[in-house]
Amino acid sequence: MEQYSAAEKIYELFSEKALALGIPEPVLVIAAYAIPCLVVINLIQGAAGMLTYAERKISADIQNRIGANRVGPFGLIQFLADGVKLFLKEDIIPDAADRKLFKLAPYIVLSSTVLAAIVVPFGGSFIVADLNIGLIFIIVVSSLLVVGFLMSGWASNNKWALLGGIRSAAQIISYEIPTALSLLCIVLITGTFSLQETVMSQGLWPWQWFIFHNPFSFVAFFIFFVSALAEMNRTPFDFPEAESELVSGYNVEYSGMRFSIFFIAEYGSIFIISGLAAAVFLGGGNIGLDPYESPLHMQLLMVGVFFAKTVPLCLVIIWVRWSMPRLRIDQMLTMCWKYFIPIAFACLVATAIWLLVFNGNGIFWRMPAP
Amino acid sequence: MITLPVFFFLYHALVIVGLSLVTVSRRNPVHSVLFMLIIFFHIASLYLFLNAEFIAAIQIIVYAGAILVLFLFVVFLLDLRAEEHADKYSMSQPAGAVLALSLFAVLASTMRGFVLGPHGIYGIEKITEMTHTKAIGTVLYTKYLFPFEVASVVLLVAIVGAITLAKRHTKS
Amino acid sequence: MPTEYLPIVIFMLVATAFGLGSLMVGIIFRPHRPYAEKLIPYESGNIPVGETRSRFHIHFYIIAMLFLVFDVEAVFMYPWAVVFDKIGLYAYIEMILFILILTVGYIYAWKKDAFKWD
Repeated sequence: MEQYSAAEKIYELFSEKALALGIPEPVLVIAAYAIPCLVVINLIQGAAGMLTYAERKISADIQNRIGANRVGPFGLIQFLADGVKLFLKEDIIPDAADRKLFKLAPYIVLSSTVLAAIVVPFGGSFIVADLNIGLIFIIVVSSLLVVGFLMSGWASNNKWALLGGIRSAAQIISYEIPTALSLLCIVLITGTFSLQETVMSQGLWPWQWFIFHNPFSFVAFFIFFVSALAEMNRTPFDFPEAESELVSGYNVEYSGMRFSIFFIAEYGSIFIISGLAAAVFLGGGNIGLDPYESPLHMQLLMVGVFFAKTVPLCLVIIWVRWSMPRLRIDQMLTMCWKYFIPIAFACLVATAIWLLVFNGNGIFWRMPAP
Repeated sequence: MITLPVFFFLYHALVIVGLSLVTVSRRNPVHSVLFMLIIFFHIASLYLFLNAEFIAAIQIIVYAGAILVLFLFVVFLLDLRAEEHADKYSMSQPAGAVLALSLFAVLASTMRGFVLGPHGIYGIEKITEMTHTKAIGTVLYTKYLFPFEVASVVLLVAIVGAITLAKRHTKS
Repeated sequence: MPTEYLPIVIFMLVATAFGLGSLMVGIIFRPHRPYAEKLIPYESGNIPVGETRSRFHIHFYIIAMLFLVFDVEAVFMYPWAVVFDKIGLYAYIEMILFILILTVGYIYAWKKDAFKWD
């Protein structure tokens, strides 16, 4: 299948004018790729900001408090005030820290988080790059995150930070296996790693989504979602941060802007993971039309559909945090190694049998004619 | 004349060789491991230039995501101060030289079988058309079936070995 | 040369530029008043005791090693999953064999309490 991306669209739109103006082609290519990148990075930051606001409001409602209500109507621009505050805070690097690694670690965490956004299909033809290793790329990025956390934990030279870093590494690598295997259940059906194609082979109606393709992909969705919670270090798996035992984990020594980089990465990843779950299991922005052939207003409708699925998932992640107590670390590991991994393997094998028996068809979903 | 692909290759080759030297010469083991991370990135991007995107992804998943993390876990154990004052070379230098030279000889001997340019049915066009992952899958699960099954036995041995070592360690 | 991977480089550059930029600009506005007590590692308000980089539970290493094995196993499944619809039953039997051999290792690990934290 032909590879499309937003960058190519931009290139097509502007290439003639720009070449006529005498702008050299390589500059134009890089600019065409840089525009969607900048848009998506800003989108992630905006989403991260809104999610911190949502978290504060939802937690307040759950705990019968009022929550942020001073800055702007309903406290809506509280997150901007927080950003400004963090921006003005002193940047403290402890004496005992390994200065270079201490400074480097937040960038690794942030860039590997936003890198995952490259392959997220935002509906329509809006995707930065439809890599044909898309889903593998997600795994690649989450394995880089581990290095960032370990580095920040070690470089801080603080007991809490190091313990937090090591815990988060052990947790992320453990849950990476069920995440990968549950995604593979869907790859078995579509035969591709490209996320845009995964979205396009689903449909508008719920019974055309891959979550309802067969009973095993239904289980796979929940395995993916819970493992993703663990990979993001969210409650009930927030051992790396565990404020009551480790103060705040791997980022305890960070202050000001460096701390806020970790914070943006954390909330940005909530948005990205929800977007991925929506795209892979819940049909993404598919409304039954070919995204590359549709007019712009239909494409924007697809983006709307994508967000209508992503935002509730984000809210569920926040809801879970304020409803569940933290597990114990041995329970977390037992859950992964004794339950999730065997169940994920069983799902994979069973999905394969289903596809063999029913010739690639799901309960309602039909294999498209080649 | 240095074309763009040649320039990219030279850049990657220089960085990989240069950082390998940096990696082995650092006194701080954590810094060594992290220079290795940059080497892995460059190796992965070399694979990308060869249109081997699956191998590039695996390079990062397995080496940076799993092996490097294991290294970091082990290195975190070391006493840094003792490590930084210790002798740079843990083995006698002649022995190291012999090992390095013999490895070089083995690698150099494989160079004779190296054929320049594309050969076989999987050329660039075919791989970009069917995607690299599918190309690997098609070959691995038909032609190279036996090595694939042997790999599972190797992994089994790895599980047993890892657990045996760890358990002996806890008893003592 | 595959240009669709260009965004990866651009993304990393932009993310780094964002971080560096906000730190650089912040230098003008933010205070910088370090003193010895502020710069000691945080240990709940006490003066830090002993070595930071102490020994860890052996279990972290077992997990890292087991993960390595299962990660490689998953890697073998990626190409299998995409060609499954082409090769079908044949590929299925191969993979069942592969998984069965590794299940032996998994059961061994379980029986040896490798997944137990104590």
